[in-house]
Amino acid sequence: MPSLGADMDAGTITKWLVHPGDRVHRGDIVAVVQTDKSDIEVEIFEEGTVDELAVPEGVRVSVGTVLAHLTSASASNTSGSPATPVTPATSASPAPPPASSSAVRPAPANLPLVESPLVRRLAQRRGVDLATVTGTGVGGTVTRGDVEAVAPFTPGVTGSTARQSSSPYARRLARDAGIDLEGVVGSGPGGSVLARDVRGVAAVAPEKPAPASTPEERRRSMQRAIGALMARSKREVPHYYLDTTIDLSAAASWLERTNAERPVADRLVMASLLLCATARAVARVPEMNGHYVDGEFSPSAAVNLGVAISQRRGGLIAPALRDAEQLSLDEMMSRLNDLVRRARNGLLRSSELSDSTITVTNLGDLGVDRVFGVIYPPQVALVGFGRVHDRPWATQGLLGVHTCVVATLSGDHRVSDGMRGGRFLTEIARLLREPEEL
Amino acid sequence: MSVITYREAVRQAIREALISDDRVFVMGEDVGHYGGTYAVTLGLLEEFGPERIRDTPLSESGFVGAGIGAALGGMRPIVEVMTVNFSLLALDQIMNNAASLLYMSGGQLNVPLVIRMATGAGRQVAAQHSHSLEGWYAHIPGLRVLAPATIDDARRMLAPALEDPDPVLIFEHAMLYGTEGEPSQDAVDLTSAAIRRAGDDVTIVAYGGTLRTALGAAQVLAAEGIDAQVVDLRILRPLDTATIVGAVAHTHRAVVVDEGWRSGSLSAEVASRITEEAFYDLDAPVARVCSAEVPMPYAKHLEDEVMPQVDDVVAAVRAMGA
Amino acid sequence: MTGPQGLAIDATTVAQRDELEVLLLREMIRIRRFEERCVELYSRESIRGFLHLAVGEEACAVGVMQALSPDDAIVATYREHGHALARGISMRATLAELEGKVEGCSRGRGGSMHLFDASTRFFGGNAIVAGGLPVAVGLALADHLRGRHRVTACFFGDGAVAEGEFHEAMNLAALWHLPVLFCCENNLYAMGTALEFTESETDLSLKAASYRMASWEVDGMDVLAVREAARQASDAVRSGGGPHFLEMRTYRFRSHSMYDPDRYRDKSEIERWKLRDPIGQLTTQLMSRGVLVSADLEGIEADVAAEIQDAVDFAAAGTDEPIEELERFVTSPPAPRDRP
Repeated sequence: MPSLGADMDAGTITKWLVHPGDRVHRGDIVAVVQTDKSDIEVEIFEEGTVDELAVPEGVRVSVGTVLAHLTSASASNTSGSPATPVTPATSASPAPPPASSSAVRPAPANLPLVESPLVRRLAQRRGVDLATVTGTGVGGTVTRGDVEAVAPFTPGVTGSTARQSSSPYARRLARDAGIDLEGVVGSGPGGSVLARDVRGVAAVAPEKPAPASTPEERRRSMQRAIGALMARSKREVPHYYLDTTIDLSAAASWLERTNAERPVADRLVMASLLLCATARAVARVPEMNGHYVDGEFSPSAAVNLGVAISQRRGGLIAPALRDAEQLSLDEMMSRLNDLVRRARNGLLRSSELSDSTITVTNLGDLGVDRVFGVIYPPQVALVGFGRVHDRPWATQGLLGVHTCVVATLSGDHRVSDGMRGGRFLTEIARLLREPEEL
Repeated sequence: MSVITYREAVRQAIREALISDDRVFVMGEDVGHYGGTYAVTLGLLEEFGPERIRDTPLSESGFVGAGIGAALGGMRPIVEVMTVNFSLLALDQIMNNAASLLYMSGGQLNVPLVIRMATGAGRQVAAQHSHSLEGWYAHIPGLRVLAPATIDDARRMLAPALEDPDPVLIFEHAMLYGTEGEPSQDAVDLTSAAIRRAGDDVTIVAYGGTLRTALGAAQVLAAEGIDAQVVDLRILRPLDTATIVGAVAHTHRAVVVDEGWRSGSLSAEVASRITEEAFYDLDAPVARVCSAEVPMPYAKHLEDEVMPQVDDVVAAVRAMGA
Repeated sequence: MTGPQGLAIDATTVAQRDELEVLLLREMIRIRRFEERCVELYSRESIRGFLHLAVGEEACAVGVMQALSPDDAIVATYREHGHALARGISMRATLAELEGKVEGCSRGRGGSMHLFDASTRFFGGNAIVAGGLPVAVGLALADHLRGRHRVTACFFGDGAVAEGEFHEAMNLAALWHLPVLFCCENNLYAMGTALEFTESETDLSLKAASYRMASWEVDGMDVLAVREAARQASDAVRSGGGPHFLEMRTYRFRSHSMYDPDRYRDKSEIERWKLRDPIGQLTTQLMSRGVLVSADLEGIEADVAAEIQDAVDFAAAGTDEPIEELERFVTSPPAPRDRP
C-alpha cells in the first residue's frame, strides 16, 4: 500500500484494475484506493507480470503492506522465480523518538530536598508525616505518588483539614536550620509561613545563619562587643574634637516647600539632608573617610556612611549606607527608612555592619545639643548632630531667629588634624546652605 | 552630552548609523516628507536624500518584505512600522521570512534587518492603536526583540542591532518619546537585563513602558519600608533568565509588570521561568500586573483602569505579605 | 500592451540554435523524470510532507532560467524542484533535501518546499503564497541602491495574484522602478479552485499593466517562447527598463500536492492539455527538423536516468543531521569576538 499523502496511514483497495497474468508497465494505473480523503488511482513503478493479488478488494491495510506480487520483466518466466512486491514494504522500522534536547529540562543538580506545596498539603490532609515517607522523586524528594502509596484516599477519613501553607523558600530555610514547621506561626497571606517566620524562630541572618540564641543573649553579647570596641578606640585613637553651629534656615524652608508638593509618603525629613551633606562633604576631604589598619590609613573611594541606630531593646549599631555620596535625597530617604526598619527587625547583613568608612550619630531627637562621639575603629572620623532648633542668630548686623544645628567632628589625629577637620565641617555647612544642590 | 528626549535619542542613533555605514537606509510610512509619525526621522530626508530615507506606500507586508529582501541583498535596512498594530499586516513576512530564512536555508541566508515600531497604550487612541504585542514577537525563534526603556538604550541599542546578522525588532513605547535624560557615551549590550533599582524585599520585573510604573511603585513601597528591586528586561527575546532568577533568589518575591494582556503573555513566560528555576527561593507565589483583558476602550478613566498602574503594583506587593 | 519583439532567437547560427533547443529539451526531461521518481520515492515514504509537482509546467522554469545570468537572483514558490534544477542546484543536493538529509541543499531543514542555495542566488522555496514577492522587490532594491545591474526573477502562480502581497509588491516595484522580473505561472487553478472562481478579472497581465508595468503574455507550454520572452524581458529589466511581468499560461498534469482526487477538473481537460506537453512538442519539432533522432533521445533519457539514479543513491546514503544540531541556525553563531 503506497503512501498517498503525508497524513495517510492506511487505505482500502476499492478496485483492482489488473489481474494475475497481466503485464504492467511503469506508470500504469493498477488499482483504486480509498483513503480517508478520497478515491485515488495507484500507479506502479515496476515492469513485469502480475503474479498474485495479495490484498482483495474491500480490505483495508496499512501503508507498506504488500498488495501484489509481480514476476519482474527481466527475470525468466518460470514458476518459482522471485516475486517483486508491487510496493515494497517500508524499509525503515519506526525510529525511536529522538531524545528531546530542549523540551525536557534536566533537573538542577543541587535541587534542595523540599517537597512541593501540593505534596505537603496532601500529606497534611491524609495525616502523613513526610519525614517517615521514602521519596522517589528527583533527588529523593517525596512525590504525590509516594504519599498516596502510604495513605490511599479513603472516603470519610481525613487528616487535618486546616491548611497551613508555607513558601518553598521558608521550607528550604526550615530544612537547613533543622526546624519543624509545625507550630511556626505564619505571618503571610492566609497565615502562610514565610521565610521571615522561620528566621524568627531560627534567629538566623538571611545570608549568614548564626547559632540560635535568645534575644536577650544576643543583646548582651552585642553590648559586650560594642564596649570592647569603644574601649579600644579610647585607648588607641588620639581623638580631637571640633564643633560648629550651622544655619539651617535655607534647608528648613526648602524642605517645607518641597514637602508641600509631595504626598505624605514621599516627604523628606531633615535627617536625610544632614546625611546627604555629610556624605558629599566627606567625599571632598578624603582624610575623614577610610580605615586605619596596622599603622596605615587607607582612604576609601566610596563613602559608606555608617548611621548609628539605637535598637529597640537597647544597644547601638551603625550599619552602612553604601555609596552614600551618590544618593539623591529621595534615595537617601528610602535607603534610610529601609536601614532603620531592617536594623530594628534584626535583618541586617553582616557586611553592612563592617564596611562603614565614617559614622554619623544624630542625637537631636533626644534633645541633645551636641554630641562628641567615640570613633568606631578602624574608621577615623565620626560626625555628630544635635537637635535642630530655633535660636537667635546675627547676620549682616541683624539679629533674627534662625533654625540651627550644632555639628561636631571627632577626628583621628593620626590621619587628620584640626585644619582638615575644620574644612570638613565648613563644607557640610556650605552644602546645607544650598539644599537644592543636594 | 546634554539632556535629550527619547525621540531625539532614537534619531541620533539612526543618524549615526546612516553616517557610519552606507548600507544603512530607512524605509517606512511617512518617514521622509512627514518627518516620521512620532517625528523620530524629522530632518533626515533633507540630510540623506530620498534614496536613503524612503517613504513607502501603506503596504506593511510589502515594505517589510522588501526590507528582508534588501537585507538578503547586502543592505542594512532600518524599517519603521508606524505602530505595532500595523505590524500585524506584516506578520507573515516577519515570522515566515525574516525569522525563518536562516534556519530553513540550513544556515545559508542571514537577514540583517532592523524593524522599529511604536507600541503601547496611554494616549486614548482606543482598541486598534493601543496594543502591546511585543510578547507575541518574543514568541518567535529567530528574532531578537528589544524594548529600550531608557534614554541610554534608545540611543545605544540601534548600533549593535544593526551589527546583528539576524533580524532585530525594536519596540519603542509611544509614551516614552517625550521623556528626557542624559545618554551616556557607553555602548550597551543586547543580551542582558538590567537592575534599575537595587532592593532586598521584592523583585519587580518590567520592561519598556512599564519600567516607569515599576520604579514609581518602588518609591511608594520604600516609604512603607519595603525595599523593591526593579529589573528592566531590556531584551524580550532571548530573555536573560539568569538575571531574573538571580534577582528573585535575592529577594524571594517577584511581581511581573506587563502592559500586554495576561493570558499567554510575556509576563506568563517570565513567571514560568521563575517557577521553573527559582521555585525553592520563592517566599510567595509570583504575582503579575497586566492589562485588563479587554480591547482598549477610548474613555480616559477606562483606559487608566485597563493599564498597569503604580497602585496596582504596590497592591500586588502588599498582597504578598512583603 | 506591448509584447516581446517576435521570437527572434538570439543564437546566431543554426547550429547554435539547435544546440540551445536540445539543451532546453534535456533540461525539461531532467525535471520531468526527476519528479516522476519523486512520486515513487514518496509512495515508499522516502520523501514525506507536502510534495508539489510541476509535471507539465517544466517549460516555465527552464525557459526563464536559461535567460538569466549567474549574478541574477531567483525567488521561487513551494512548487520549485524544476526551478532549482534548472538554476543549477545539483540533483543530488535537491533529492537529499527532499529526503531530509544533511547533504541536502538546505541541510534537510527545508524539504521540498524550501530549497535554498546561496551559491546560485536561489532564495527559496516559499510556502506562503505570494510571500516571496516582497522579498524579490527588496533584493532588487538592494541592487538598485548599490548600482548593480542584476535581475531578480520572482516566480509565483495564479493563486498569488489574489493576495495583497502581490499588489503591494507590484506597486512598490513599479513605483521605485526596480529590476524585478515577475514570472507568473498561470496553471489555471489555485490549488483546486479555478481562476474563474477566484478572480473578477481573469486576464492576469492586465493586473500588472494597471501598475504601469510592462506586462507580457506567453505560451507557457512552449519553452522557446518562454525563453525568448524571458530573455527580452530580463534584458530590458537589466538595462533600467523597470520591472516586467511575464504571464506564462501553463498547466499541471498531476494533482496539486502528490495525490488529490482531481474532483475540480475534468479528466478530458487534462488529456487536452497533455497534447501540448512542452516536452512532447519540442521533441516532435526537433525530430521533424532532423535535429534529433530516436537514438539521441534515448541517449538523453539514459543520461538523465543515470543522473537520477546517482542522486537516489546519494540521498539514500545521506546522513541524518545530528540531533545536537537541532537548534543550530535559529540565530547566527556568535561572531568570533563574542566568543569566550
